[in-house]
Amino acid sequence: MARKDIQLDHGVILDLIKPHSTVLDLGCGNGDLLYLLIKEKNARVQGIEIDEQAIYKCVAKGLNVFHGDVDSGLAEFSDKSFDYVVLNQSLQQILHVDKVLIDALRVGKKVIVGFPNFAHYKSRLQMFFQGRTPVTGALPYQWYETPNLHFLSISDFKRYCRIKGINIERGVCIGVTRKTPFLPNLFAETGIFLISK
Amino acid sequence: MNKEKKIIQNNKVGIVKTHTFSFDSLKLESGEKFGPVNLAYETYGFLNKDKSNAILITHALSGDAHAAGVHEGKDNPGWWDDFIGPAKAFDTDKYFVICSNILGGCKGSTGPASINPKTARPYALDFPLITINDIVNAQKRLVEYLGIEKLLSVVGGSMGGQQVLSWLVNYPQNIRSAVPIATTIKHSPQQIAFNEVGRQAIMADGHWKSGSYYEGTAPSKGLAVARMIGHITYMSDKSMAEKFGRAKKDIAETFKFTADFEVEGYLRYRGDNFVKRFDANSYLYITKAMDNFDASGGRRFEEILRGIKVKVLVISFKSDWLYPAYQSKEIVKACKLAGVETTYCEIASTYGHDAFLLEVEEETHLLKHFLKKVFYAYEVTGDYGA
Repeated sequence: MARKDIQLDHGVILDLIKPHSTVLDLGCGNGDLLYLLIKEKNARVQGIEIDEQAIYKCVAKGLNVFHGDVDSGLAEFSDKSFDYVVLNQSLQQILHVDKVLIDALRVGKKVIVGFPNFAHYKSRLQMFFQGRTPVTGALPYQWYETPNLHFLSISDFKRYCRIKGINIERGVCIGVTRKTPFLPNLFAETGIFLISK
Repeated sequence: MNKEKKIIQNNKVGIVKTHTFSFDSLKLESGEKFGPVNLAYETYGFLNKDKSNAILITHALSGDAHAAGVHEGKDNPGWWDDFIGPAKAFDTDKYFVICSNILGGCKGSTGPASINPKTARPYALDFPLITINDIVNAQKRLVEYLGIEKLLSVVGGSMGGQQVLSWLVNYPQNIRSAVPIATTIKHSPQQIAFNEVGRQAIMADGHWKSGSYYEGTAPSKGLAVARMIGHITYMSDKSMAEKFGRAKKDIAETFKFTADFEVEGYLRYRGDNFVKRFDANSYLYITKAMDNFDASGGRRFEEILRGIKVKVLVISFKSDWLYPAYQSKEIVKACKLAGVETTYCEIASTYGHDAFLLEVEEETHLLKHFLKKVFYAYEVTGDYGA
């Protein structure tokens, strides 16, 4: 697949994963990322997804996927049974974030987390000038229909890792169309972190 | 003929015949040698040159070898006809599909109603207690006879799913994939309890006579009650409400306890129909085999699965309370721990346990893509359009 056709965040994650790795994707959706990992990295992959229709799309791609929720799906994996556990755009929708992250770090040698940055300047402007819950490209939902349970910023996540003694091996922040190294907590829409314990 | 009709006719298997495979003896799990054994079986499609396209379908409690197509001069299709045929889940243009009546059954395979060669009379209760593993061992002989060393897949729901798990545990080197549907590693007390009530209904029928009824009247009332209980457990609260509601049948009351409600009439009809085609002793033997089955053999199931190179697809149904989804999840959990490549889907059906026969569209999607993946073994190279 041509690089330009790959979703920006998927491209970043692809670069973080070594070839021939084993990958568990928590909240794998339609399986686009896992499919890419097979094609581009010869990875051995497994997905977990709660949505039944998404399961059918994964199966149509030939992926191995478990129908279930992430909150209860991790306990059954043995320690370090995957090279990477991925939580891309699913962290903010999980009920017990802390518990799942700790378990993900147990099951995976490394964990990749991708989430929308709540402190993006557009969110801040909407909050400040309109006094309303922000609706942006990375956070496209109205407050009454959002699947997101948690709202966090890039700074929040870094602070969390510091408190919990989690190593941040790599952090990539992406803006609307490109990677933005400048003031990421203000200008990045999405943060993607490679962490380990 | 309009086009639509042509398409419908083209995906039928057509006229099929039941064959019989016989062999001298089978060593049962109990240690006893039993024989001779007949197995009734049907096949659909053609075995390819390298014999890599064979799929074994395993049937549920009341099923038989007639899974698809129609018999000459008859018009009732096989029990899984919606799934087997050209362009269907088990595409007979691609795959060679086998289905056999189980050992202990009464639809052409050796069972308690068969003639015991030693006495020249039906076995009745002289028939040995058989297990799900015995049933599978007999199937294995048939598969060998058909010249197949490795099956592309073994697929079955309910008791058929128990047989799939038995294949997975006992013959992992002879299958490339396994699809247990709406089934369990072992029966729960609730499942055993329902079966026991069915057995008691049969044995309480005065005509049962300790199983020796073949020369007289069959224990039809008992068997019909057993089947009625079965049918209640196969449906869901919702599917019953939708199908019958509290509608009453339009008949003049002749007796206080006549079948007033539609649901009563339905159960009686199902019960009465069943006794025409099923043997009461077979019902006793088969339900006992189901209750005794434990795919884990008393060990941790994941220990048995460790190192197995079989791809697994587990399917359950949300409204199935006879074989609840948690039981399928236990299979999935063991596969996870054992590192077996597995896919799991819980279909949001309202049909209850019967869903495995009825949710054609969803199951077909899952089965079709899963089988394609196993058949072409494309795995990591990803030579496959999304």
